[in-house]
Amino acid sequence: MIEIRQVSHRIGGTPILSDIDVTIPKGGITALIGPNGAGKSTLLGLVARLERLQAGRIAVDGLDVARTPTDRLARTLAILRQDGTVAARLTVRDLVGFGRYPHHKGWPGPADRDAVEEALEAFDLAPLGTRFVDTLSGGQRQRAMVAMTYAQGTDYILLDEPLNNLDLAHARALMQRLRGMADRHGRTIVVVLHEVNYAAHYADRIIGLRDGRIAAQGPAPEVLTEPTLSSLFGSPVRLGRVGEHTVVLHHA
Amino acid sequence: MRARFLWLGLGLLLASALFLTLGARGDWGFVLMLRGTRLLALLVVGAAMAVATVLFQTLSGNRILTPSVMGFDALFVLLQTMLAVTLGGFGLASLPAQIRFGLELALLLAAALALFGTLLGQSRPDLHRMILTGLIFGVLFRSLAGFLQRLIDPNDFAIVQSAAFARFNAIPADLLALSTVLTLAALGAAWSLRHRLDVMALGRDHAVSLGVDHRRTLLLALVVVAVLVSVSTALVGPVTFFGLLVAALAQLVLRDHRHAVLLPGAALVAGIVLVAGQTLVERVFHLSITLAVAVEFAGGLLFLALVLRSPAR
Ligand SMILES: Nc1ncnc2c1ncn2[C@@H]1O[C@H](COP(=O)(O)OP(=O)(O)OP(=O)(O)O)[C@@H](O)[C@H]1O
Ligand SMILES: [Mg+2]
Repeated sequence: MIEIRQVSHRIGGTPILSDIDVTIPKGGITALIGPNGAGKSTLLGLVARLERLQAGRIAVDGLDVARTPTDRLARTLAILRQDGTVAARLTVRDLVGFGRYPHHKGWPGPADRDAVEEALEAFDLAPLGTRFVDTLSGGQRQRAMVAMTYAQGTDYILLDEPLNNLDLAHARALMQRLRGMADRHGRTIVVVLHEVNYAAHYADRIIGLRDGRIAAQGPAPEVLTEPTLSSLFGSPVRLGRVGEHTVVLHHA
Repeated sequence: MRARFLWLGLGLLLASALFLTLGARGDWGFVLMLRGTRLLALLVVGAAMAVATVLFQTLSGNRILTPSVMGFDALFVLLQTMLAVTLGGFGLASLPAQIRFGLELALLLAAALALFGTLLGQSRPDLHRMILTGLIFGVLFRSLAGFLQRLIDPNDFAIVQSAAFARFNAIPADLLALSTVLTLAALGAAWSLRHRLDVMALGRDHAVSLGVDHRRTLLLALVVVAVLVSVSTALVGPVTFFGLLVAALAQLVLRDHRHAVLLPGAALVAGIVLVAGQTLVERVFHLSITLAVAVEFAGGLLFLALVLRSPAR
């Protein structure tokens, strides 16, 4: 369970988040949606203790993120940032290997090496293992970053726009994998998505953020309505059906 | 990897052997004693500058910034001068070199933590701002020190003057024992941080989410850098581009991101460059050029190349 209580955040006097109060239950996929600048990345950054909490309280799995030692949190919570660049020049395998650092603290064992190979396999990166990250294509790099987060093997995973740069096959594969992790391993996954159709199909719950406030939240079918989506994004959205799937029409 | 280390080690051994024996005449015991002391000094200085540079590059997240480029050693010279002025004022100019050095070191630690701690502690340090700040600091510290040096008593000046210019020929022997101990301690601390430094190199956000206490590690590493810079500046004066040169060479030779490899590798390369360079200067060029100038020239060229080529990350 991720508990976010009365969280407000300002940057240079400008309010970015105001009185955010939500509980994300343990297990399942929660999609965080909302227009650009709504505060989605800021909220994830606060939950992952990357930004200092100014007001309010956040606990992940009962661990207060402001007080729990950071290495303890690293074994419970992993985050993929939206602008996931790495400062160092690394091969893909080394990068993904860093995901295991919270567990081995610099002394990787066979289990860690297996986990890295599994992550490489899972995101179609095995042939790219020895390539330097800065020589990859945008989508390949994004998959390497996701694989690093995945290799961390935490119960709670925050993903900020993981579908960035991914082609439709890799995007689908990633969402299916997340679904499997939630269903089979009881992982709690929070994922920022701009393509609402993925939220419609894969998310259990949806939180809509607008202007730093929660504009909508609840089970996916309740939030995914024409009026809610249209007002959340300030742009007309229509729902249709293809077979058994709800399709969100927002581009035409 | 092992083979490359072996080659570096052999290179250093060879350079050291040549340094100790080439052109030696007369009483061997005396010659070896004298040259051995100087060899130790060169090795200490080389390791200190190399490791300080690698650490600083990791903390700042790029390969262009080094403690010297950021004015760390200029700050040391400034503090040294200020201390000389103050002590001279109190008639304490003849304080033992070790105590004087201890005071200078304490001052540098405080100043470096205040200055660079805030600069590097930002969650997303801005490289351009850092370089500019560093250049401005460097120039400011150097000119302040120069200004003070012009004001002070000629007796005090003599003490400071020797510190304000780089020299490898005459390393003050009275500080060598203390410097060696301090350097060994600092190198030990750096070695114990090696795994955390690997993670720090990814950038602040990655380090935090992988469970490294970023602030604590940053401050610890900065203390190590400050100690190493103090030692090397006290022994040979400010050398702007030497650290950059050896860190880049080590990366080129070893091609590894792990500090367990980079730290000893850079120290070895530094030892080779200094010892071989000094041997050449003394035995081949008969002191007609100075190593400091040669190193600054090569390092300066490399710095230019790096600045012009890099995408300024
Ligand atoms: N360092 C900063 N300085 C000033 N404003 C900032 C800073 N970081 C974020 N903001 C502002 O905070 C608001 C929320 O930003 P945030 O990155 O959380 O939005 P987001 O919902 O993730 O948007 P996007 O969908 O574009 O990723 C934006 O208006 C942004 O301009
Ligand atoms: Mg965002």
